[in-house]
Amino acid sequence: MLNLLWLLLGGYGVGILLPLCLPGRPGLQQLTSNVAAIVGTSTGVILGLLGLTSSEPVTGSLASTIPLLTFTVRLDPLAAFFVLTISLVGLAASIYAIGYLQHFEERASTDTLGALFNAFLLSMTFVVLADNAFFFLLAWELMSLLSYFLVVTEHEKAEVRYAGLFYLIMTHIGTAFIVVAFLIFFQGTWSFSFEAFRHPAQPLPEGMKTLVFLMALLGFGTKAGIIPLHVWLPYAHPVAPSHVSAVMSGVMIKTAIYGLIRVYFDFFGGQFPWWWGFTVLLLGTTSALLGVMYALMEHDLKRLLAFHSVENIGIILMGLGAGMIFQAYGLRELAALGLLAGLYHTINHALFKALLFLGAGSLLYATHTRNMEEYGGLLRRMPWTGIFFLIGAVSISALPPTNGFVSEWLVFQTLFLSFQIPTVFLKLMLPIAAAILALTGVLALTCFAKAFGISFLAQPRSTHARQAEEVPVSMRTGMGILAALCVALGVAPMVVVPLLDQIVAPLAGISIASKVLAIDGWALAPVNVEFSSLSTPVLALLLVASAILGLGLAVVLGGRLTTRRSKSWGCGITLTPRMEYTATGFVQPIKRVFSTIYQPTVKLETEFLAESRYFSKRRHFEFHIEPIFEKYLYDPLVAFFGTLADRLKVIQAGSLHLYLTYMFVTLIALLLLAV
Amino acid sequence: MLHTIALIVTQTAVLLAFSPFLIGLIRKVKARLQLRRGASVLQPYADLAKLFHKQPVISTTTSWIFTATPYIVFASILTAGLLVPTFISQIPMNFAGNIIALVYLLALGTFFLILAGLDAGSAFGGMGSSREAIVASLTEPAMMLAIFAIALTNGSTNVSTIVHKTALLEGIITDPSPHLMALAALFIVALAETGRVPVDNPATHLELTMIHEAMVLEYSGRYLALLEWAAGLKLAVFLSLIVNVFAPWGIATTVTPTAIGIGLLVYVVKTAALAVLIGVIECMFAKLRLFRVTDLLGVAFILALLGLLFFYILRS
Repeated sequence: MLNLLWLLLGGYGVGILLPLCLPGRPGLQQLTSNVAAIVGTSTGVILGLLGLTSSEPVTGSLASTIPLLTFTVRLDPLAAFFVLTISLVGLAASIYAIGYLQHFEERASTDTLGALFNAFLLSMTFVVLADNAFFFLLAWELMSLLSYFLVVTEHEKAEVRYAGLFYLIMTHIGTAFIVVAFLIFFQGTWSFSFEAFRHPAQPLPEGMKTLVFLMALLGFGTKAGIIPLHVWLPYAHPVAPSHVSAVMSGVMIKTAIYGLIRVYFDFFGGQFPWWWGFTVLLLGTTSALLGVMYALMEHDLKRLLAFHSVENIGIILMGLGAGMIFQAYGLRELAALGLLAGLYHTINHALFKALLFLGAGSLLYATHTRNMEEYGGLLRRMPWTGIFFLIGAVSISALPPTNGFVSEWLVFQTLFLSFQIPTVFLKLMLPIAAAILALTGVLALTCFAKAFGISFLAQPRSTHARQAEEVPVSMRTGMGILAALCVALGVAPMVVVPLLDQIVAPLAGISIASKVLAIDGWALAPVNVEFSSLSTPVLALLLVASAILGLGLAVVLGGRLTTRRSKSWGCGITLTPRMEYTATGFVQPIKRVFSTIYQPTVKLETEFLAESRYFSKRRHFEFHIEPIFEKYLYDPLVAFFGTLADRLKVIQAGSLHLYLTYMFVTLIALLLLAV
Repeated sequence: MLHTIALIVTQTAVLLAFSPFLIGLIRKVKARLQLRRGASVLQPYADLAKLFHKQPVISTTTSWIFTATPYIVFASILTAGLLVPTFISQIPMNFAGNIIALVYLLALGTFFLILAGLDAGSAFGGMGSSREAIVASLTEPAMMLAIFAIALTNGSTNVSTIVHKTALLEGIITDPSPHLMALAALFIVALAETGRVPVDNPATHLELTMIHEAMVLEYSGRYLALLEWAAGLKLAVFLSLIVNVFAPWGIATTVTPTAIGIGLLVYVVKTAALAVLIGVIECMFAKLRLFRVTDLLGVAFILALLGLLFFYILRS
């Protein structure tokens, strides 16, 4: 299996080096880098599948000259699952990139794009494979920096530079917290090896454990984009090239989920108090609800999708948090179920979010705008992109029989089984979380009805949309793979659940595949077939059969299936695209009902005719949503550090001698302290 | 196997054949209470027959979504109907999905209806879609909590299992208050989901008030027939859910001809009685302004939450 790892390294390595050796030939650069990425990711898919099915974790190690750093890799089921997810999404994105990058070719800044993309995929793979904290942090930092460079691909735009800087700062603050968490482990073990973290000579004191919990939550939470640490995400993800956005939103933020599971379930062996799980659940629920709410108000398609990543990370954390609560109460089966639900949603979200980002990229490719209000009628111009985007939209809205539905259903079951917890407080809190999840689900449905309806249906709203053309075959292939997987993971949970059980079993200490699967795998019946069951393949069959029945009834009762085409009814006038419902109008009722959260400000200026105030000459309408977290949390923090920096300016005279003196004084002070 | 198929076919036939009658019955009750004679209760059947024979007119701005939607809506609601017991408590499709699957199947139909409303490109459709979205958003949390309160008392989220246990008087609790609160919540939810007064008015064609009717405004011929039938089916599904979960008396618990005969008869009587109640409510209340609907659905949510709270307090 380690040979496969070398092949993967070779594939990405060629993808990094070859494009750099071909300066000035953008076409060839892109082609070689993408083909190399396809080789690398395909190897990753095989490696992931092998790792998931093998019974023993595979380890390999390369020594280095740096103390405490060894390049140790360990392919256990958890790592293998994330390698698989990263590689699947990376594969689709690389195929897609072949066509997509054609319209980037003319630009000087894209010289290194292919090389960076390969390096980014490679660094992510090593984040999940690393079995040494030092190595992990190295890969983690590389992943952050490379994604920063990818985000600022179009750095000639001010908006992109701002987003990049914001991302760079936030991700480094996050990394700092992770470093602290690992240093606490280091202090207890005097080793950076994960193996030592897993089996420390003496267990960490309770206070230190709590500190690690918080540091890991803050550090990984920043990368995952949980509210209120999400602020960078809606800036950074949309401005990257779309295939990069797909990988960032689809899988990069998932490395944080990996980190959380690794620390809480693997290093701590699932030994923690219930409030850890409750904190995770609370953050997850908040992120899910607020993420979708902010997404609803977005009309930039890629920003909308970025906010949905916040929502879905929230749903994953709800599964994980509920699992942690059960774990704390020793309800192992349910803990395993929560973990399984979270992991199922992890791969599902990777697939449909990547699909939707690639779809958004196709729209951008065809219309040169990200503003939904300028789309419209695209389903007839771009039928393939349309149907793939629709599949993604149905999946993310958790509608049966797609994959999003299966994993959300599992999260619901986990939350409903809370009546087995002994505390009344939690017994009540988990169903309320389920109710909020239901609200989140319908709001996501609304949001994607808006995104698909306004973009693809009715009449084109701009010249761009009127002239849009279907995207090249490679882009369609990339989307098609993901769309097919979205459906497959929905109707075939009996294949997915045993694989996920491989990961969950060692972490929760119990295998539940046989309990979750009932009736020879035809139905999912978490823990108990009496309590609940679901069979998506049967539901899919029933849906098809019922639709055929409907068609049959139409034929039998109506006879000939002819239709006539005519204009939509417009009260006697011809409808123009300007009379259509806009995305803004569509969500207006929601904005009004939830105005406490949005705190919208509306500005309407009317210029009247001089003759009469009954006729207006010009109207100017503006509305804004208050970015609460930026205003009340980040702005004061930034202001505080700004003032602090101002105060400290006096010791920063800019003279080298002075700085040398500082160093000397510090050294003396430290030496005195040591004595 | 054969008897499984027979039961599925009978269930489908009962739902399809019976649902237009419920619509007709509500209309008749309303007419009588308004001192009108009203059309025959069988009028919806005639309407469907007429619509199926008419050639549909499709807007030139629409895509395949518009023509596919009636079939998808019909299929999703019918599939949901197969997860709810009607005249027999143990239905063959019980394993295929619990009540959450039922909620999400109905949401699948709603999703495509919203899309179809936008597809014709007229402001009416968009308005209907936008309103449907907000009503659905506020309904589902209440529905989820109500379901959970019921599921707790019966130890199951599968509708058929709940009904069967209650019918056999298993798992009956000493205090019915959680059940009653969940019932009230679910009834409000049913009114909202099926587009009845005070949330929506199925008899109106005024752009200021309509929700469901606005979304399907561009439909005609067999497409409209399928959508109307689907709307009737949805009503039947909700009524079956409520009568059988809260009052499963008389439902067939065994597969014998007598039991099934009695079950069918009792089912028709019970759902008809509930339909009459809906007719009465429609006459007694005015349709609420859209932004007042939130209050009503908020009440449903609180009721369901109280039901849950009562359950735990009574238990401990």
